[in-house]
Amino acid sequence: MAIIHELLNANQIDLDYLVRYTNAPWLVIQDEGAGDHGLFARDDEGRPLSWNKSADALAPAAATDITPAIVGSFTLADGRKAVPAFQLLAERYMGEEYSPDAVAGRCGIGADVIRRLAAEIAHVAFQETVELDVEWTDWAGRKHDKMIGRPVAMHAMRGISAHSNGFHTCRALHVLQILIGSIDVPGGFRYKPPFPKPAPPPLKPAGKPGQVKPETPMPGPPLGFTTGPEDLLVAEDGSAARIDKAFSWEAPMSAHGLMHLVISNAHKGDPYPIDTLFMYMANMGWNSSMNVPGTIAMLTDKDEATGEYKIPRIIYSDAYFSETIPYADLILPDTTYLERWDCISLLDRPICDANGVADSIRQPVVAPDRDVRPFQDVLIELGTRLGLPAFTTEDGDAKFPGGYPDYIVNHERAPGIGPLAGFRGEDGKSEGKGAVNPEQLDRYIENQCFWRHEFEPTERFFKHSNQAYLEKATAMGLIGAPNQIVLQLYVEAMQKFRLAAEGHGAVQPPDAHRERVKTYFDPLPIWYTPFEEARVDETAFPMHALTQRPMAMYHSWGAQNAWLRQIHGYNRLYISRTRAEKLGIADDDWVRVTSNHGSVKVQCRLMEGVNEDTVWTWNAIGKRRGAWNLAPDAPEATKGFLLNHVISELLPEKGAGHRYANADPVTGQAAWFDLRVRIEKAVEDQPGETSEPQFAPLSPVATVPRGAAVLRFGAKGGQ
Amino acid sequence: MTSLPARPSAVKLGLVIDLDICVGCHACAVNCKEWNAGGHSAPMTDWNAYSGTESHEGEDAGAWGVGFNRVHTFEVGQGTESRTVHFPRSCLHCEEPECVRVCPTGASYKREEDGIVLVNADICIGCKLCSWACPYGAREYDHSDGVMKKCTLCVDRIYNENLEEIDRIPACVATCPAGARHFGDLGDPNSGVSVMVKERQGYDLMPEMGYGPTNKYLPPRARRDQGAENGAPVSLAALAAQAQSEAVPNGNGVGGALLRWVDSVLSR
Repeated sequence: MAIIHELLNANQIDLDYLVRYTNAPWLVIQDEGAGDHGLFARDDEGRPLSWNKSADALAPAAATDITPAIVGSFTLADGRKAVPAFQLLAERYMGEEYSPDAVAGRCGIGADVIRRLAAEIAHVAFQETVELDVEWTDWAGRKHDKMIGRPVAMHAMRGISAHSNGFHTCRALHVLQILIGSIDVPGGFRYKPPFPKPAPPPLKPAGKPGQVKPETPMPGPPLGFTTGPEDLLVAEDGSAARIDKAFSWEAPMSAHGLMHLVISNAHKGDPYPIDTLFMYMANMGWNSSMNVPGTIAMLTDKDEATGEYKIPRIIYSDAYFSETIPYADLILPDTTYLERWDCISLLDRPICDANGVADSIRQPVVAPDRDVRPFQDVLIELGTRLGLPAFTTEDGDAKFPGGYPDYIVNHERAPGIGPLAGFRGEDGKSEGKGAVNPEQLDRYIENQCFWRHEFEPTERFFKHSNQAYLEKATAMGLIGAPNQIVLQLYVEAMQKFRLAAEGHGAVQPPDAHRERVKTYFDPLPIWYTPFEEARVDETAFPMHALTQRPMAMYHSWGAQNAWLRQIHGYNRLYISRTRAEKLGIADDDWVRVTSNHGSVKVQCRLMEGVNEDTVWTWNAIGKRRGAWNLAPDAPEATKGFLLNHVISELLPEKGAGHRYANADPVTGQAAWFDLRVRIEKAVEDQPGETSEPQFAPLSPVATVPRGAAVLRFGAKGGQ
Repeated sequence: MTSLPARPSAVKLGLVIDLDICVGCHACAVNCKEWNAGGHSAPMTDWNAYSGTESHEGEDAGAWGVGFNRVHTFEVGQGTESRTVHFPRSCLHCEEPECVRVCPTGASYKREEDGIVLVNADICIGCKLCSWACPYGAREYDHSDGVMKKCTLCVDRIYNENLEEIDRIPACVATCPAGARHFGDLGDPNSGVSVMVKERQGYDLMPEMGYGPTNKYLPPRARRDQGAENGAPVSLAALAAQAQSEAVPNGNGVGGALLRWVDSVLSR
């Protein structure tokens, strides 16, 4: 935001880009205290308005023959005032509180460095412009003879959103990219299909109290995009309707749900007790949960009065003997990905690149040699047995008797749109949309298990406003209609929640949540101290601690490959050399990592390339003894560790005893990276030293032998 | 002891490894094992594969195994000037391979036609002299077979006419997601790899040993963290002053800094 401050003050922004592709010129009602203060001024048809300078009059913001004002105060038809969204943005970030000098101390980057970065970004964006001699036509049908690129690319991944201020930080980054006009331009940030999607996407979560009924399918998807209080899944009194409290006032825009709260909420019976917890793949009894010791206790805790488990039944599907398996009452042994069909669909996270739309499949390459079933087949059969309409014919028979491959080919979420976009239609030549092709999987296999459609050069950039792209994306079913997708600098939906918190509207937050919603639902990005950091004593917990997975440890699939564990058989805590020296810590020493929630003893490694106030480690390499069919003395168990043990799923109590999730207040994204710790030397390394805590070893599965100690794949005469 | 070819081979097949862009992902190491566990040198034995110390074969506790390609990660420099280097290490197929000269049986040999250094397992007696002689640690002893194994430059891929031509490259090169590994004839000064070595000042590992490694490493590029190098100013102060001076007051009530945008004529 200090970079934005610098760019605005030097007028190093792409004004043409802003008026054509963003809501910068949309008028925002300025009527403090009114129920529509801060919302977009709209005409009778609900269309947002701009001020057209060439006619000195209001005009629909989408009109293409106008000269929109980006600053100024204008009078609406009802006599009230409105200002362009850009003005609100400029007023905020040009303020001194966003200057490099004001923020350098708290972000740890010198003011001179911030100024230099801003100057470099401006220089590259506006002096080193990339121009492609490619004609293209915009959404309004106007031809352009060039594609102009601002070649500034930024790399950010999940770390930012793993903080309790992550939503706003992500927004700030995107606002910066938009201001310099580098979204979907040559050299800039580029969309991978199926994006861009309309903003906001027209998909609401189902699950309001009246929508969840026994023996009845829900009327819509469980996840979606809320754009105002009316979309929340809350009871009459404003309390959460879902077990994870997603789409409640505690996390109104939680488009991913709050998986990290399910066990904790179910254990408390808040918002309701459950009889069965059904989980797949996520290793929630170990490295996918915050507060592992607490989580394990919750999974086995009993109600003193009845003697019944607080979470009575647990069903879990996994391909491996992971740490969660022993807590399950019913285990559904999954196949590995080598033994089943999968589709990497445009509906989830496909293999697309910016120049083309693509998806892919996996096919079984070995037959299972044990009593396992692909979990997708199990889910389809469950759906059939329950008589869910999506899985049964009118006669009540199975709609997909061939299991998952049958579903991949024959399921249509909308006419002509299925899990796979390639080789559709009776002749197998339709792309994106088309009739079911019974031979679709064969066509994929013939094409090395993937399909890709490459965009024409004229379709590759400005996808949000490129007529050829928008029409193609519509024809392929990626979007509903070829309308311009306007980038939202100012997010009206945020203001709707804020207005509710201020008392406007029919759907009101409980008083306890009012101030929080009002504070964090700012329609423009803000920065605030992450919650844990704000609550704990900074002198007692002076350092940040991060944990992230190496790629081999995503989910719990196949991570114990005999070769991979030779590469990363245990993890260390990485600490900066200079900090370690100050703390009297040497390479290989064992240290105690203490947070406000707990403590672990781990072995450390000194490193130059880590910030002095931060330590980090790999997640998921540390295993519980006995899990994964490894020997109890496997280094993953004896030397490896998890930081999860010292991360709480809830924030410390505040006020009336309510504990909010350790998560972003807007999206509910788990704040894994908010952890604050202190590091103390425990002991020098010596033979037999182990990480702590060590949990009781899991008993091996009686029916499964230990893996061979010596592997000789490819030896003459077999292993 | 074993002789080298009488005439140095004209063709010198080898690898060029770009340390500037290697990200240390180990894909080369894993795909090397994948191919070679089914190829010329199979098996590539693993010990204590799923365990700590159950097997006492070998010398280490914990899981370990034969691997022809290992990636080491280290840091150079201190503090903000430091950088991480990921360094993949495998046989360099030297011009003057001491590992071959010391072989008492002729099992280790250098091919005349392309310079690849190989081991004939049938006559290897597992004496380990070659691993003592190799300063690069490229030799891998398979305790279970009692013979020495090593990188073959995927000799069973690069000439394999059962493979598509595009696949006739070493497994490590084929799989590298960063494009940090290149394969070619370093004996031909005009080959792609030779040109690359020339342009990027590719270097030999430990040239002072005199073994003349064929494989080359491309050094990390110099760090670029000063915008001045591409003409950017150190700050936007001058442009900010200019923008402020262009902000002329007019009558519509917008104050201060925002004035600069009042007269913008922007078309949708």
